[in-house]
Amino acid sequence: MTDVLDAQGLGKRYRKRWALRDCTLQVPAGRVVGLVGPNGAGKTTLLHLAVGLLAPSAGTVGVLGGRPAASPTQLGRVGFVAQETPLYAALSVADHLKFGAWLNPNWDAGIAARRIDQLGLDPKQRAGKLSGGQRAQLALTLAIAKRPELLVLDEPVASLDPLARHQFLQHLMEAAADDGVSIVLSSHLVSDLERVCDYLIVLVDSRVQVAGDVDDLLACHHRLIGPRRDADRLPANQEVIEASHTDRQSTFVVRTDGPVLDPAWTVEQIGLEDLVLAYMRRASNTANSNTANNNTANSANLGGVE
Amino acid sequence: MIEFHLNTTSGVSPYLQLVQQVRRALRLGLLAEGDQLPTVKDVVSRLAINPNTVLKAYRELEHSGLVAARAGVGTFVTSTLSNASLAAHGPLRVELQRWLTKARRAGLDDESIEALFQDSFRYLTDEGVA
Repeated sequence: MTDVLDAQGLGKRYRKRWALRDCTLQVPAGRVVGLVGPNGAGKTTLLHLAVGLLAPSAGTVGVLGGRPAASPTQLGRVGFVAQETPLYAALSVADHLKFGAWLNPNWDAGIAARRIDQLGLDPKQRAGKLSGGQRAQLALTLAIAKRPELLVLDEPVASLDPLARHQFLQHLMEAAADDGVSIVLSSHLVSDLERVCDYLIVLVDSRVQVAGDVDDLLACHHRLIGPRRDADRLPANQEVIEASHTDRQSTFVVRTDGPVLDPAWTVEQIGLEDLVLAYMRRASNTANSNTANNNTANSANLGGVE
Repeated sequence: MIEFHLNTTSGVSPYLQLVQQVRRALRLGLLAEGDQLPTVKDVVSRLAINPNTVLKAYRELEHSGLVAARAGVGTFVTSTLSNASLAAHGPLRVELQRWLTKARRAGLDDESIEALFQDSFRYLTDEGVA
């Protein structure tokens, strides 16, 4: 199967600042991909490159085996819901569906009507009068009814209340179950993505920190707790993602393919949120030590800093 | 039919939670041979979780021979974990409750009871008795 997303050395520069750097990724089809990172990390830039709203400054990006937005067919294969789910405030719900039908050759009017009905939206209602949750659902309806192979959503639940957030994710997962559509969605909250994603990309400070199948990632990361030890005295196959020390105790988050055999360690499983946080902290520590390179003792203590 | 629920703070991966809930229901006799599991879509839309998670859980249950998928119909329980032992549950439960009362009277709090149980359980498992 072709990868839904294939980036090789992908980068985007705005004047002097790189919004995305050295991004190499291969995301298989049929997955629900979570793109996580703090605000300003480059998530929107990566998604805009993937849907063809931006052109790369470096490297290449392929989507479903083609160049993003290269042809009308290619445009039809990808559905995109932008941040803040922009709609036309003056147009009614029904107008939006008409608009969608007119612009998309594969438009499925049945699905669109069924979803609007299911959501209890009044077709005559103007989009400007809808609640945040309803607007998000209408935008999702438009994206689903064009029957894409890949659905890209930028922070779709960030501005929704918990109930609307749950409902939105319910509908999104139903779409994934029904059509087997591949989904890439971004969020700055891991908790939003924990239930829905089976593939994770952590983006911090314009760089991909880690990417892979969620179960694989959870299986190869551990938290080790034991008597104080320096990071460089761990076996070579244990990559230290995060380290913290008291005068007696050391706690490491490590990535390793093999089992941890040293009996000195208490080995704990690590949750997705902690895993993401460990990578985020490592990235921001790296960024800090790059700007203030004099504090070498500190970065040695943190371990695993590139 | 059983209903799944997810504990997001338990640290147990969602797919494993689904597997454990089916196994527990089988063990307690809540699910019996021939019963249908909720369809993938039902689980997905109720819990707002990834369909692959549900599929993975059902596949694992299938591998362990507990359920079978019938194409286009659904997933059904084909075997049970309780049969032989279910009759013994009642008397064992009574005995355990008696023991728990005794432990409380001896001044053990919940945490100590749990620790003692886990410890004895592990001891027996290591000895190869349990």
